[in-house]
Amino acid sequence: MAEAGSKSLEPGRDRRSERAAARRARALRGGAVAAVSSVVFLGGIAALILTSPGWPLVRDSFFDAEVFADSFPGIAKAFWLDVRVFLIVEVVVLVLGLIVALLRTVRAPALFPLRLLATVYVDVFRGIPVVLLVYMVGFGVPALALGETADGSRPLSWLPTEPVVLGGIALALSYGAYVAEVYRAGLNSVHRGQRDAALALGLTEAQALRHVIIPQAVRRVGPPLLNDFIALQKDVALIAIIGVTGEAFREAQIESSRIFDYTPLVAAALLYLLVTIPLARLLDRWERGRARN
Amino acid sequence: MSPAGRPVLELRGVTKAFGELEVLRGIDLEVHEHEAVALIGASGSGKSTLLRCIDLLEEIDDGDIFLDGEVITDPSVDAVSVRRRLGLVFQAYNLFPHLNVLDNVLLGLVQGHGMGRAEAERRARELLARFGLAGREGDDPDRLSGGQQQRVAIARAFATRPRALLLDEVTSALDPELVGEVLQAVRDLKVEGVTMVLATHEMSFAREVADRVCFLHEGRIVESGPAEKILSAPERPETQRFLRRLLEAGRA
Repeated sequence: MAEAGSKSLEPGRDRRSERAAARRARALRGGAVAAVSSVVFLGGIAALILTSPGWPLVRDSFFDAEVFADSFPGIAKAFWLDVRVFLIVEVVVLVLGLIVALLRTVRAPALFPLRLLATVYVDVFRGIPVVLLVYMVGFGVPALALGETADGSRPLSWLPTEPVVLGGIALALSYGAYVAEVYRAGLNSVHRGQRDAALALGLTEAQALRHVIIPQAVRRVGPPLLNDFIALQKDVALIAIIGVTGEAFREAQIESSRIFDYTPLVAAALLYLLVTIPLARLLDRWERGRARN
Repeated sequence: MSPAGRPVLELRGVTKAFGELEVLRGIDLEVHEHEAVALIGASGSGKSTLLRCIDLLEEIDDGDIFLDGEVITDPSVDAVSVRRRLGLVFQAYNLFPHLNVLDNVLLGLVQGHGMGRAEAERRARELLARFGLAGREGDDPDRLSGGQQQRVAIARAFATRPRALLLDEVTSALDPELVGEVLQAVRDLKVEGVTMVLATHEMSFAREVADRVCFLHEGRIVESGPAEKILSAPERPETQRFLRRLLEAGRA
């Protein structure tokens, strides 16, 4: 081996600097290829859009700087409602999802009816488009007129009828079903030996869940949960369709139909991006951190 | 009744099958106070299953197990209260990765036994120090070597002062150079007179620590007796074959 190796080596050659030079050349070539292909690709798309026959019209009706400056503050103010709805619904979803996931995971016979209910809930609410659910809850529940009874007594008058609350409930029901499945995957991923160890220490099944299994499951599903948060944050805009006033998308809609210009919608889109992009970067960093461990 | 009085653990005709596979086919065993009993036998001979059955992590199909003369395998018995009187150390440590070393030891004391936090912490720190883990209380388990992790697991199982400590191949997952420190911890407990049942592949260790060795073969205890006799002069051909194979593999 040593002989063969020395035969192929010419004396005086600096292998280390040769390899470094080759690496540099490779990196340079890679950078050049990336730059050229980006210019060609993005330039091509830009050229396609800018030379399209409708571009002047699109530019004027979607990207009007003056309209943008006029409408942005009002929409931004309305966006605050979106943020609040998002935060409240998110908390409800986190709790509801965990309860449903636990009901589907725990094998106690006494919980069987609840387990069945939890399974049906996930199947149904994950299967219905969010937009339909918002319609059904937003218009259907008030139509039941549960708050009014024939004899004038109103035992259920505490039930909410405001569109923003009903819209929030619809979102919570839909996302609760998704998040329940995320949690369930997390619960199932905790090794069986963890439960055994907890039981061997004299913990009850409930204590093992609470102190050993749930904490580990929740840690594991952080990134997929954040992914669902991002989706929920966008879908808050759907509550506009049942007449929630003061919501960003609805305000943008009203404004754009008033002045026959779509720029307010672009302003609203920008506001959603302002929240979802930082969340997405946070998710990336989180997953990178976990991959290292 | 044996001369040592009522046994701590008594197994009578314990049978356990997983589906078609009969893992235990009628195990009779008595473990007395301060006694260390080693279970030896090939992989799959039922050692681990036997320990899991004693700790009620598996439900036995037939027979009975008694703890301090009281039947624990009756369906009416509260398994949680039985497990509180026993300690089990797993081959793969099974430490809780989300809790630091101290909290791993505290969980059973505080949640399982309802001990006050201050007293539990004093006991946990004392035990960890005793097993050479002073200063590591705040570390996450995955920062520890396998040998250290297994010593935490032993401290965790022993913290509740179990009537009997069950040790399931506690050195099998370890790199060879880490085996010694874990065996030292077990040796320590033996000196203190802790009653234990240990499934092991370390014959020299069984010889040193165990008062009695039971050889399991296909779900039965085919031979049992003083460690010296079983390991040096086994009578049954199955035992002889098993020990010869270990010797050839350089493990005895």
